[in-house]
Amino acid sequence: MEYRIGIDIGSTTVKVVVLGPGPENPILFKHYERHLSQVRTKTAEVLRQAREIVGDAPVRTAISGSAGMGVAKAANLPFVQEVFATSETVKHWYPGTDAVVELGGEDAKIIFITGGLEERMNGTCAGGTGAFIDQMATLLAVTPQGLDELSLKYKKMYPIASRCGVFAKSDIQPLLNQGANKSDIAMSIFQAVVNQTITGLAQGRRIEGKVAFLGGPLHFFKGLQQRFQQTLGLDDDHALFPELGLFSVAMGAAVCAENAGEATDFQTLLEKIENSAGEVSGRFLPPLFAGEEDYRKFQERHARASVPKQPIDTYTGGAYLGIDCGSTTTKLVLIGEDGQILFEYYSSNRGNPVDIVREQLAEVRRLCQRDGEEAVRIRACVTTGYGEDLMRAAFNADMGIVETMAHYRAARFFNPKVDFILDIGGQDIKCFKVRNRSIDSIMLNEACSSGCGSFIETFARSMGYTAENFAKEGLFAKRPSDLGSRCTVFMNSSVKQAQKDGAGVDDISAGLSISVVKNAIYKVIRAHSASELGENIVVQGGTFYNDAVLRSFEQELGREVVRPSIAGLMGAYGAALYGWDLNKERSSLLSLEELESFSHQAKPSVCGLCANHCNLTVNLFSDGSRYISGNRCERPLGRGRQQKLPNLYEFKLERIKKLAAKRSPNAPMGKIGIPLGLNMYENLPFWHAFLTELGFDVVTSDISSLELYSKGRTSIPSDTACYPAKLIHGHIVDLLEKGVKRIFYPCMSYNFDEGKGDNHYNCPVVAYYPELLHANMTELREIQFLFPFVGIHRKKDFEKKICKYLQEQFPQARFRLPAIRKASDAAYAAYYAWGEEIRREGEKAIALCREKGAKMIVLSGRPYHVDPEINHGIDKLIAQLGLAVLSEDSVAHLIAPQRVDVLNQWTYHTRLYNAAAFVAEQPDMELVQLVSFGCGIDAITTDEVMAILEEKGRLYTQLKIDEINNLGAVRIRIRSLLGAAEERAMQANRPQDKIHTPHIPGVLKEEIPCPV
Amino acid sequence: MSRMKKPFAAPGTPRVPVAEFTPEMKRTHTVLIPMMLPIHFELIEKVLQNEGYKTELLRTEGSRIAEEGLKNVHNDTCYPALLVIGQMMDALHSGKYDPHKIAFLITQTGGGCRASNYIYLLRKALVKSGYGYIPVVGINLSALRGGTGFCVTVPMLYDIAHCVVLGDMLMCLHNQCLPYEMRKGDTQRVTDKWIGEIKKVLDGRPYRCAGRLRALYPAIVRDYAMIKRSKEKKIRVGVVGEIYVKYSPLGNNNLEKFLIAEGAEPVVPGLMAFLLYCVYNGIEDRQLYGGSIGKAAGSEILFRYLVGKQKEVVRAIRKEGSFAAPTLFSETVRLADGYISRGVKMGEGWLLTAEMVELIHEGVENIVCTQPFGCLPNHIVGKGMIRAIREKNPDANIVAVDYDPGASEVNQQNRIKLMLDTAAAKRREQALEGR
Repeated sequence: MEYRIGIDIGSTTVKVVVLGPGPENPILFKHYERHLSQVRTKTAEVLRQAREIVGDAPVRTAISGSAGMGVAKAANLPFVQEVFATSETVKHWYPGTDAVVELGGEDAKIIFITGGLEERMNGTCAGGTGAFIDQMATLLAVTPQGLDELSLKYKKMYPIASRCGVFAKSDIQPLLNQGANKSDIAMSIFQAVVNQTITGLAQGRRIEGKVAFLGGPLHFFKGLQQRFQQTLGLDDDHALFPELGLFSVAMGAAVCAENAGEATDFQTLLEKIENSAGEVSGRFLPPLFAGEEDYRKFQERHARASVPKQPIDTYTGGAYLGIDCGSTTTKLVLIGEDGQILFEYYSSNRGNPVDIVREQLAEVRRLCQRDGEEAVRIRACVTTGYGEDLMRAAFNADMGIVETMAHYRAARFFNPKVDFILDIGGQDIKCFKVRNRSIDSIMLNEACSSGCGSFIETFARSMGYTAENFAKEGLFAKRPSDLGSRCTVFMNSSVKQAQKDGAGVDDISAGLSISVVKNAIYKVIRAHSASELGENIVVQGGTFYNDAVLRSFEQELGREVVRPSIAGLMGAYGAALYGWDLNKERSSLLSLEELESFSHQAKPSVCGLCANHCNLTVNLFSDGSRYISGNRCERPLGRGRQQKLPNLYEFKLERIKKLAAKRSPNAPMGKIGIPLGLNMYENLPFWHAFLTELGFDVVTSDISSLELYSKGRTSIPSDTACYPAKLIHGHIVDLLEKGVKRIFYPCMSYNFDEGKGDNHYNCPVVAYYPELLHANMTELREIQFLFPFVGIHRKKDFEKKICKYLQEQFPQARFRLPAIRKASDAAYAAYYAWGEEIRREGEKAIALCREKGAKMIVLSGRPYHVDPEINHGIDKLIAQLGLAVLSEDSVAHLIAPQRVDVLNQWTYHTRLYNAAAFVAEQPDMELVQLVSFGCGIDAITTDEVMAILEEKGRLYTQLKIDEINNLGAVRIRIRSLLGAAEERAMQANRPQDKIHTPHIPGVLKEEIPCPV
Repeated sequence: MSRMKKPFAAPGTPRVPVAEFTPEMKRTHTVLIPMMLPIHFELIEKVLQNEGYKTELLRTEGSRIAEEGLKNVHNDTCYPALLVIGQMMDALHSGKYDPHKIAFLITQTGGGCRASNYIYLLRKALVKSGYGYIPVVGINLSALRGGTGFCVTVPMLYDIAHCVVLGDMLMCLHNQCLPYEMRKGDTQRVTDKWIGEIKKVLDGRPYRCAGRLRALYPAIVRDYAMIKRSKEKKIRVGVVGEIYVKYSPLGNNNLEKFLIAEGAEPVVPGLMAFLLYCVYNGIEDRQLYGGSIGKAAGSEILFRYLVGKQKEVVRAIRKEGSFAAPTLFSETVRLADGYISRGVKMGEGWLLTAEMVELIHEGVENIVCTQPFGCLPNHIVGKGMIRAIREKNPDANIVAVDYDPGASEVNQQNRIKLMLDTAAAKRREQALEGR
């Protein structure tokens, strides 16, 4: 009699299954528990519970799971890879299954059984797993179970990215701030997980037949089950949600134990696992503090940077209110005439900022009353943060300012010498350098790199701690784990690794703090040395209340910094100071009565006025006024069209649309399709003319949309490729749906030689994507897919080569060189005319703007950034701010070719350098660079474009874009840019800083400790 | 080889001044070379030393290197650039060298991949850290940059070609012995011995040693064959990918070592194939886009010569009979057919796909396809072709692994383990069927 034991140690839980002897594999024991990082002790603990069943009989054991590898190695027990274990389970318990979807804590897996066994796991950059759902639940301030319950009541769905938690957060946060329904968000989160599984894992293979859904999340969440079943179109007979789904890996491991390792008795097994602990390997960092004494000194030093507070009931006079409605927290500050704080409030949004602010405003209004009279008169109220617009509209505040300016205002009040501000908030990292008392450069974390405050908080909770206690744990860690400095998904796996290496909670806590700091310094600021940041550094944002983070930052920089006591309130404080600057007598803020009768209703709706289909949130207030958010342009606001400034993006898009509509119905060669994406945004005129001239009827795919993307997403083999490339799959499907039997999409290593750089390549993705399509879209094999290698940079050779190719492909057509030459002449002419028209339009736009005195933004990207699904309407958003939008290719010709410090060898990118050099010389222009996430080449161009601009003392702004459309962040950046530029212009005209600053008695500003 | 163009001269002065490697520096400066392939680079270093250059191979490792890289290069730049530049900056900060007495040598691929920008990124990093005066010498097949003082002469190339085939040979035999050696350390001893012997032959008498080097081939193969090896059949795992992470233990977290520890035999296609691929692209470019016959003919001659060199090694291994010989490049070229066009020439281009097919044809169905996170050409030629390869070779068992400073080893190992478990299960099945 021999028992088999399977142990599955995942990223968050440990599961143990004991199988009795016999081919039936009777399950005698099963148990699971969260291990909270105490991998070895918890495993032994669970095992002990099985003792009774096993007794002294011999056992064979196998370990599986992502955190199991280390234990297995240390305990010298056989290890079974978890996907493999799952296959075994399915083979034994669920025969007849065609495919398996298994979601774990941090892994997602698909196994295809019928039609060729194939096992897949998510790549390193992929969320959409249990940990992701947990994170999202925290964001909505519900338990994961609560999230599931909410989801079942959904009415509509929002598009949410699930590539990693950070992306999803930037989708969800604006929805929450705009008051969208939590049930809808909850279900959208589940749908995101489903989409991620299908795009990221199935990669073109259909999940069909009888599908078993295994693993924790799929076991617990009914909403998720529903989404999977509906999306895959499975009826109840074909969607299997086994009772034992949770234990599938452990069960498989137990089956595998039969052939692995030798039998031992139970006691030996226990000892093996228990004794495996203790060996500590891995990478460590020096401790944060040498001891209690060291920490005490540190605390004392920071206690010096504080703001005086005065109880509101002892104060009479004018006051200024600042409201900072951030992404995850809401902050309110009321200050007196001397800058002292009369009232403060800091709280997590818990998803409903409007109600929170209303409550607090009523409270403030009440406190201002004393004995039935208004003792404290609110003279101004200024809002800032993500919810700035909504709050201003809801409560009738006097002004709204962009958050970066608010923070700078506050920091400057604290330390007039401040030259560097770093703000790590719940979701954002912001930092700015200050030069000549104006903001010199603003850096915000791009969507992929935030490992900010809310990350630590979520993580702490997942380990059973509050954020505060978790931080305290880390202060005296002896060996903080080195967790790297990348985005949160990576950090999760690094933590896993640290746990495997035997790190304790304290080491992980300290390690996470250090990671957050490194992320900020190296990923966002990209500093080389401390001296580069500045002399007087002020740190702020809620995350810096965490002493471990603060200490890590000082350690990493090797210098001491100032953390104001109100680190978490700086935005609100700055806003209040702006209110002070307004010098108003009385604020327009709602009165107490109005606040008490205030009610607010948020209704989701979809704008149908253009193809962007903005998801609008219509906020209705009790006085009948409404506030619409989520819009890109003015149209849904019904204010009528304002005087229009030029928008080259719109111009280019309209031109493309017009050309795409040009058909030749009776063409002798019949229809030929061209996918409208990537370089086709520029080369369409060329190929359209060429093919039309040769007798084809050119059909293009539709302009991109999310629906179009969804059509093709299943055949994308590499989920980290850029969005413009991934969209092409949808365009191909769209063409096929239009019934074309031929698609023309050539490979082009080289682009046109515009004589501006060292070479004239296309990027590898643009150059060779047709090859990838051919290999991954089987549909293309049923039609004639033409993807020759062409070199349009050599006209004569091009004609000869393409002639030969076409003759081979269309033997009946009898193409001759003279005809090809004629078509080619037409193609080149069309291409040159196209470019010329854009350049003329650019010149015209500049002249027009100069006449009107309008400011211009050169939105620099690639030709395909004109695609509205790629730029998410950023051009319209900029236009809405009252600016003209130019494109890089409309101004690049206005300056001589640039000498740059990198290899200038890509045609599209060369224009970026030229555009930057041109803008640097134009006082009425600013440059904003659009960068698609995953564009490797832009890692090189962004630094260079920035260098070109900064050399001339200009500001650089970069917008990273992907599937997600986080226009809220884009707004902040553009407005920050405008604010900073304006301030600079003001500085130029005003040598001395005349901004009136209240004086706080007791705080001599010059004496604020600014240690070197 | 990419189409050569005369360097583009735009007006204005560069923000980043370029420090030249002057002829005098040959005597005064030590050229630091970041490590990629341990065996090959040691041999090539010898060739440079023969020419009178003072050189040192950087063999440093550890997390500091990636950290230096993160500090000094844009974090979204590819991992190899991050490591190579990090390794150099780390050396600079180690205090071991007088910064006024060193130069850096950087090998890079040319062409449309962003990897062609390494040298510029390194230069930027140096200037930013205040070391703008340190000369950087770049070597790639399309062009040689770095100033008047450093030039790779034709005779040197001749020697380097031999070093590359010899390095491939040692690597190929080493990998076939190490997992099976009965006495630990035997294989390494033989490899070290031959590296020493080859260096002796190269020593002091440059460019006249081809014959003598060739004469070593049979002895080398024999020596490896003498190593006592177990008869067990291990799972053979091919390694392909972006050139740096494919070869460099620093880049791939000691992948070969890991595979051996897991009881597998790593099969790593050689470096000569990559050089041949670069040369071949010069020929292919003319086919596709036209251009001067002269240049293509030059490529053609070089191509034939190098294939000849490879053939000599293959012959020697086949003759002895104990080991699997590498596939000849003339054959590898054909293997891309039906999967990908040979016009795909950025990064490792079509060669990566062809190497996967080549491994499968050699009976190595289990493959690790390595790439730096976000590697552009690999989207197409690596991950993008796996599906097509599996369609035609249903037994192919390929895992794509991303490398990156933040990627945790446990994740990478877990994926490789899945591939290994699947391979083992298949083997058990076959054994059962055989019975």
